[in-house]
Amino acid sequence: MNLLTSDTVIKQQIIDQFEKHADELNKGSGSQINRFRKQALNDFNRLGIPTTKNENYRYTPVDRFLHGNYDLELLANPFRINLEDVFKCNIPELDTDVLLILNGFYYGSERQLNLPDGVIICSLNEASQRYPDIFNAHYSKYADTATDGLVAMNTLFARDGIFVYLPEDTELNRPLQIINLTYSFNNLRITRRNLVVAGKNAKAGIVICDHSLCEQSYHINSLSEICLGDHAHIDYARIQNENNLSAQINNVFVNQQANSHFNSHIITLHAGLSRNNFYVKLRDPYCECNLYGLFLCDGNQHVANYTLMNHDSPNCLSNQLFKGILDDEATGTFNGKIFVRQDAQKTRAYQRNNNILLSSSAKMNSKPHLEIYADDVKCSHGATTGQLDNEALFYMRTRGIGVNEARHLLMYAFANEIVSEISVDVLRERIIELIDKRLRGELSRCNNCDIHCIP
Amino acid sequence: MLEIKNLHASIEGKEILKGIDLHVKAGEIHAIMGPNGSGKSTLAAAIAGRDIVEITEGEIIYIGENLKDMNPEERARKGLFLGFQYPVEIPGVSIVNFMKTAINENRKFKGLEPISASEFLKLMNEKQELVGLHSKLTNRSVNEGFSGGEKKRNEIFQMAMLEPLLAILDETDSGLDIDAMKIVANGVNKLKRSDNATILITHYQRLLDFVIPDFVHVLYKGRIVKSSGKELALELEEKGYEWIEEEV
Repeated sequence: MNLLTSDTVIKQQIIDQFEKHADELNKGSGSQINRFRKQALNDFNRLGIPTTKNENYRYTPVDRFLHGNYDLELLANPFRINLEDVFKCNIPELDTDVLLILNGFYYGSERQLNLPDGVIICSLNEASQRYPDIFNAHYSKYADTATDGLVAMNTLFARDGIFVYLPEDTELNRPLQIINLTYSFNNLRITRRNLVVAGKNAKAGIVICDHSLCEQSYHINSLSEICLGDHAHIDYARIQNENNLSAQINNVFVNQQANSHFNSHIITLHAGLSRNNFYVKLRDPYCECNLYGLFLCDGNQHVANYTLMNHDSPNCLSNQLFKGILDDEATGTFNGKIFVRQDAQKTRAYQRNNNILLSSSAKMNSKPHLEIYADDVKCSHGATTGQLDNEALFYMRTRGIGVNEARHLLMYAFANEIVSEISVDVLRERIIELIDKRLRGELSRCNNCDIHCIP
Repeated sequence: MLEIKNLHASIEGKEILKGIDLHVKAGEIHAIMGPNGSGKSTLAAAIAGRDIVEITEGEIIYIGENLKDMNPEERARKGLFLGFQYPVEIPGVSIVNFMKTAINENRKFKGLEPISASEFLKLMNEKQELVGLHSKLTNRSVNEGFSGGEKKRNEIFQMAMLEPLLAILDETDSGLDIDAMKIVANGVNKLKRSDNATILITHYQRLLDFVIPDFVHVLYKGRIVKSSGKELALELEEKGYEWIEEEV
C-alpha cells in the first residue's frame, strides 16, 4: 500500500467508525458537545489525516502510526484503580490535587479536592450539561476544525475529558495534577477533550502526566482549549511517558487576554509518536507566553513539536525554547512559527531549538520561522543540531569521570536549561529525577508497571 | 614515576613528536620549554590519553604501567592530571557538581564510598582558599564566562581537589598577570610533596621565578634538544629560542 492510498483508507476507516457509532456518541454526550460534530465531519472529510505533503506535517508521518484497526471506547470503563498504587510508579509525594482520566474519560479522584469557592473541576461532559453558559462561551471557540484534520477529528469524536473553571480572583491552593491513563486489552482509539477557563486575575498550576498502563497499541487524539482572562496566570506542565506503540496527537489552543501569563513545559520522556501542536493567540496587549519543550527519544520513536505564536496585539512577550536528545533511529521535528501582525508593535518574540544527536542514524528536522508585519519589534529565531561536545568529554575524563558518566553530565546539563525554568520546586525535582532515570535508560521499566499497578 | 622512551606521535598523520625521552621521579618538578609548535601540548595530550594523538613508536610508562591502551579516565584515577592550556567551558554543569562527580568516580575506583556532603564542603572550602578561587564561581557552570585568570585558577583548584601523583600543567601561566601567576605558583608549591611530581609546560621563563624546577628541558621540533638544571631557563630567556636553533 503506498502513502497516497493509505491516508485515504485511514480517513474512510475513521469516518465509517464515526457513522457506525454516532448514535451512541451523541447519546452519551451533552448536546453542546454534539452540536459541533456535523461541521467537524464536513471538515474532516475535506481535510482528512495530514500527510507529509502538508507542510506542517512534512516530517511527521502521522498516517504511518494511525493505520490499522483500533476500537473506540464509547463508555467510561467501569473498573476501579487503586490511586495510591498508580502513583508509586512515577511521581510520588507531589503535593497536588489529583484527578484521573482513564482512556479519555473523566474518572475523578478518590480524595476530596481542596478547591477554593467557585472553582469548578469536573468532567467535560458533565460541564456541558451543568454549566452551559460557561461551556458554550468557550467550547470549540479556539480550536478551529477547518484548519487541521486532526482537530476536526477530535471535535468529531469528543466525548469527555476535563473541565476547569476558575472564576475571577481565584487561585488554586496547590497544583492540579491530571493523570491521563491508558489501559486496554485491545488496540484503542482515544479522544480526549479538555477545556480550561481562567477568569480575570485567576491563578493556577496544572500538571499533566500521560502514562501507559498497558503494552497495547493505542492512538490518542487530545485537544485542550485554554482561555486566560485579564491578568490570569497559568503554569502548565506536561510529562509524557507512554509506550512505544502509542501515538499521541496533542493539540493545545491558548487564548490570552490582556496582561495574562502562560507558561508551558512539555517533557516527552517516552512515546511511539508524540506530536504536540501549540496554537497561541496573544489577543490583547501585555501578554506573556513561554513555551518550553524537552524530548528524549530513542529506538524508532518520533517526537514532533509544532508551534504557532500569534502576536495579535502590541507589547506582548513570547519565548519558545525546545530541546531534544535523539538516539538510535529516533526522529524528531521542530516546526515553530512566530507571526507578528502589523499592529503588534513593541512585540518581543524569541524562539530557539537545540538538539543533540547521539547516533549517526538519528534524525532531526528543524524549521524555525518568523513572519513579521510590524516594524518596531524584537524577534529572534535559531536552531542547532549537533553531537555531544568531544572537548568537554575529554576534559571531564581527564578528571577521572568515566565516559558514560561524562556523557550523562553533558546530556543532563543540556536538559536542565528547560527543567530549571519550572517554577514549582517539588515538580522540578521530580522531573529532574525522571530525566535522570530516562537518560540512564532505567525508565522503560515503568512502562510495564501495569503488572504492579492494577490489582 | 614517568618514563617516556623514544616517543613518536602524530596528529592526523602528521608526525609531531619525533623521539622523546623523559624521566620523571617522585618529588621532582620538571619544566618543558620550547617555541610555539615544538610539540609541547602534543606531549601533554599524549600522556593524558587524548584520542587524536596517535602514538606510532615508543612508549609511556607511568608508575610501572604502559599507558598504551589505558583510557583517559583510568589514567586520571591512577593519579595523572592535565591542566589545560585552554580549559573547556561546560555550560550547565556547575563546578560543585563536576567536582563531586570527579571525586566520587575516583573514590569508586579505589573502592571507597561516595564522599559525604559535609566532607565535600570542607574540602571545597579548604582548596578554594588555597588557590584564591572565589566561592561565587563554584556555583557557576564550569569555566563558562570565566576570565582567563579564573579559568587557570580553576585548573589549579581542580588539581588541589584531586591531589594527583603526576600533574602536567600545560601553559598554565599563559594569559596571567603577575598576581594571578603568583597564586597559581603558590598552589603548585603548596601541593608539592615528596611522593608527587609536576611537569610545567611553559613558553616563558616567568613562571619559573616562582616555581623552582629541578630540571628544565627544551623541546624543539618534536625532540628534547637540551636538558639541564634551572639555570637553562634563564639562559633561554636571555638568548631566546634562536639560540637553540643555532645550537641544534
